[in-house]
Amino acid sequence: MSAGMITTAYIIASVLFILSLGGLSHQEKARRGNLYGMLGMAIAILATLFAARVTDYATIIIAMVAGGGIGAVLAKRVQMTQMPELVAMLHSFVGLAAVLVGYASYLDPTHTYDDHAAKVIHLVEIYLGVLIGAVTFTGSVVAFGKLRGIIMSKPLTLPGRHWFNLGLAVASIVLGYYFVGAAGIDSGRIPLAIMTVIALIFGIHMVMAIGGADMPVVVSMLNSYSGWAAAATGFMLSNDLLIITGALVGSSGAILSYIMCRAMNRRFLAVIAGGFGVSGGKPKISDGAPGEVVSVSIDDTAEMLKDANEVVIVPGYGMAVAQAQYPVFEATKKLRDAGVKVRFAIHPVAGRMPGHMNVLLAEAKVPYDIVLEMDEINEDLAKTDVVLVIGANDIVNPDAMENPDSPIAGMPVLEVWKARTVVVMKRSMATGYAGVENPLFFKDNTRMLFGDAKASVEGILGSL
Amino acid sequence: MSMKIGVPKEVHAHEHRVALTPDSARQLQKLGFTLAVEAGAGEAAHFSDEAYREAGVEVMEDARKLWAESDIVMKVRAPEQHPGLGVHEAELVREGGNLISFIWPAQNEDLLQRLAVRKATVMAMDSVPRISRAQKLDALSSMANIAGYRAVVEAANQFGRFFTGQMTAAGKVPPAKFLVIGAGVAGLAAIGAAGSMGAIVRAFDTRPEVKEQVESMGAEFLELEFEEEEGGSGSGGYAKVMSEEFIKKEMELFAQQAMEVDVIITTALIPGRPAPELITAGMVESMQPGSVIVDLAAEQGGNCALTEPGQVVERHGVTIIGYTDLPSRLPTQSSQLYATNLRHLLSDLTKEKDGQINVNMEDTVIRGLTVVKAGEVTWPPPKVEVSAQPKKTMATAAPPAEDKAAANKPSGLATGALMAVAGLALLGVGAVAPPEFLAHFTVFVLACFVGYMVVWNVTPSLHTPLMSVTNAISSVIIIGALLEVSSAQTTIMVLAGIAIFIASINIAGGFLVTQRMLKMFQK
Repeated sequence: MSAGMITTAYIIASVLFILSLGGLSHQEKARRGNLYGMLGMAIAILATLFAARVTDYATIIIAMVAGGGIGAVLAKRVQMTQMPELVAMLHSFVGLAAVLVGYASYLDPTHTYDDHAAKVIHLVEIYLGVLIGAVTFTGSVVAFGKLRGIIMSKPLTLPGRHWFNLGLAVASIVLGYYFVGAAGIDSGRIPLAIMTVIALIFGIHMVMAIGGADMPVVVSMLNSYSGWAAAATGFMLSNDLLIITGALVGSSGAILSYIMCRAMNRRFLAVIAGGFGVSGGKPKISDGAPGEVVSVSIDDTAEMLKDANEVVIVPGYGMAVAQAQYPVFEATKKLRDAGVKVRFAIHPVAGRMPGHMNVLLAEAKVPYDIVLEMDEINEDLAKTDVVLVIGANDIVNPDAMENPDSPIAGMPVLEVWKARTVVVMKRSMATGYAGVENPLFFKDNTRMLFGDAKASVEGILGSL
Repeated sequence: MSMKIGVPKEVHAHEHRVALTPDSARQLQKLGFTLAVEAGAGEAAHFSDEAYREAGVEVMEDARKLWAESDIVMKVRAPEQHPGLGVHEAELVREGGNLISFIWPAQNEDLLQRLAVRKATVMAMDSVPRISRAQKLDALSSMANIAGYRAVVEAANQFGRFFTGQMTAAGKVPPAKFLVIGAGVAGLAAIGAAGSMGAIVRAFDTRPEVKEQVESMGAEFLELEFEEEEGGSGSGGYAKVMSEEFIKKEMELFAQQAMEVDVIITTALIPGRPAPELITAGMVESMQPGSVIVDLAAEQGGNCALTEPGQVVERHGVTIIGYTDLPSRLPTQSSQLYATNLRHLLSDLTKEKDGQINVNMEDTVIRGLTVVKAGEVTWPPPKVEVSAQPKKTMATAAPPAEDKAAANKPSGLATGALMAVAGLALLGVGAVAPPEFLAHFTVFVLACFVGYMVVWNVTPSLHTPLMSVTNAISSVIIIGALLEVSSAQTTIMVLAGIAIFIASINIAGGFLVTQRMLKMFQK
């Protein structure tokens, strides 16, 4: 296949990728969008395989079949509640691949340069590609660990961590200078290797410093980084397809990060700088005497739900952990058959990944037209009879609106306390990931239903 | 040394409420206070002296002594001439003492002066700012709620028929029709009470945003076919004075409704002004004989032209109830709620639970209701602009928003500087970079914008599938590895081989899991 034909194939693949992302923005076109993506990827890989440089088909086929097989099994086996972990892990692969391709490209002796400027630029591209790839890699691995619960989700705040980061950045720049100035591949290897280690450490440290509640931002940020890593690799290889794809993914991830930050009323830099919930504000119980927590039994909750005209269910990470989405929907069906209007209210940062709750509810076959976003439903909460909060905490904290000293002040929240009655399902009185007290639990119209979310919902289902 | 709270018997004629109940007394003791009550203070509200004693409250016979010994005096009505002792209650307040009661500072300028002379600190329960945090102190709301309920009960008492419609063996009874004017707390309570007794309720309010609240109580909201630039809400969620044309339309509506309905309950008040006259003598005349009007604004002059404050009168066959003491007619309930409002206030004042109040003027709520501070008149407080309507409650979060705006200003400048630097850097790159690089760079920048345009409006429910698909797509990095894998050097081959392997995991995993997720989304 001629170079021209390969380029044409790449253009087609690029267009397909753009269509794919466009499709993924809307419910109706989403599945077609995914197909476009697959088609684009197939075209890109096939075209590359026909390139003159590619001869070692045996290795390629073995690696691709093995990798693809593992990927397929993973995709099939993964629990929807574990999606954030899977996504984090896949991000780390992109990062690692970028590092490896960067090294391979650097070590490849066949490269020739037109002039000095071209060489400098090429080396800078390799350097950046490896740097971003390495940060993405370890960052995603740590994010994976935190989501899995292998690593504690509390932010790690080393003393002088900003100076530490700054030191790492300065060291990377200095090493980059030596790398570009190095006489040959052998002498350039050392600064590249040291920088890789620094970047790996930086990736670890960056995500370690971010608390569990900020995970949706972290995951989408890493998504963005994996795109930039691909784009840097594209520059390195002078491959427009990689550049376009990387830029698409990079900006899409950046937009997601922005949406997540806005949903938490936090500045992006503040999230990245980390340490949330440690230095921020005094976690005061805003209304003087905390009042009493009133608990409620499963049977009473079921009665309340049956007698209600309108019920809104607010799921949070707790529902995901308890795998309660199936009984929740069973109960929803029963209530709807009994003429109760049941809807779901999703906060943008509920769960540990953008859109986490939507995926879980979809898995349990909840029709998506009764699943509403925060802005769509907040105004209706005041006339709702019963709000059922399942394993959510910070996203329903009235302090965000009422207490300017709270660390989560100004974060848009679901105003569940305006409903006639709020039933909060919770394992204990522990605080949420932000480590902030929640005065909702002490409100007069709040009832606490303690226990495992799944057991409680199944109990309610039984009494309905 | 803990402070002593004294609660005298109300001296106003026919005032049955009391500022302390045995229940609230127990709670207040937990805050560290000692309590005293004048003998017989709770009698009319059915709280006996015995019950107070059981709750650990000292019962004192001598009112003058009670006033003199109390660090804090809690009352319902504003201080007035004490008929028994022949002095004004303001004179009884201890030098430098504290008084918590209804004050109505706008109407009682000279009372404020009298209290200021006593070097007292005075908190007016009628001046609680209307912000969500202060709702538990809002005695006006508690009392309005009771008044609204009682208005319906009074109407039932005077009305010659059922409220509810019935089919009986003796014939069909049509349901009574209510018109509630003013859908504040009292109006809403009246709507609820009338509705639960089976009446058909219509309601009107100049503030269009209360429509939802009215409808949520099961009443029909009457609207004027009229366009005015803004609704009738003034400061603090209260109504304001409307334009002439609006009032004309409004009166037409009332005239027409008066002929149809059986009971009218009016609750229209504009803070600091006489009540607007909404039901004219002519409208009363047009009503069916036997109809009832309950005028909750009687004390401020009344919404009905024929209202006699404090009296029940019959005009043109229509009974007009002008009681001004509706909360006091449900003394047990209103004492309980009022005492609870007071307890909330004291717990806000006593953060340490040591029986010592701390009047923190930095706190918006406490600042708002403190009308005299240690002899200095501090009324009116600086404005707190918050309305009770849902959208504007967002304004409660205004302070942080303002901070952000302030913080954004320099950052706007910083953005400008950043863009300038980025532009210069771009030019710098352009000056030295070879054209081939610039071509790629063009593609890169354009692709960033395409990505931005395409993804910007993503539905939130698709965030996860979008991420997994972008993740799969970014594995197109495999191309780089494919191009390197055929290298003669083993190291390069191994590196590229591993890269192909993991990128393949990603491609298959990413696309397939997206497919799986999308299959689950269904309407």
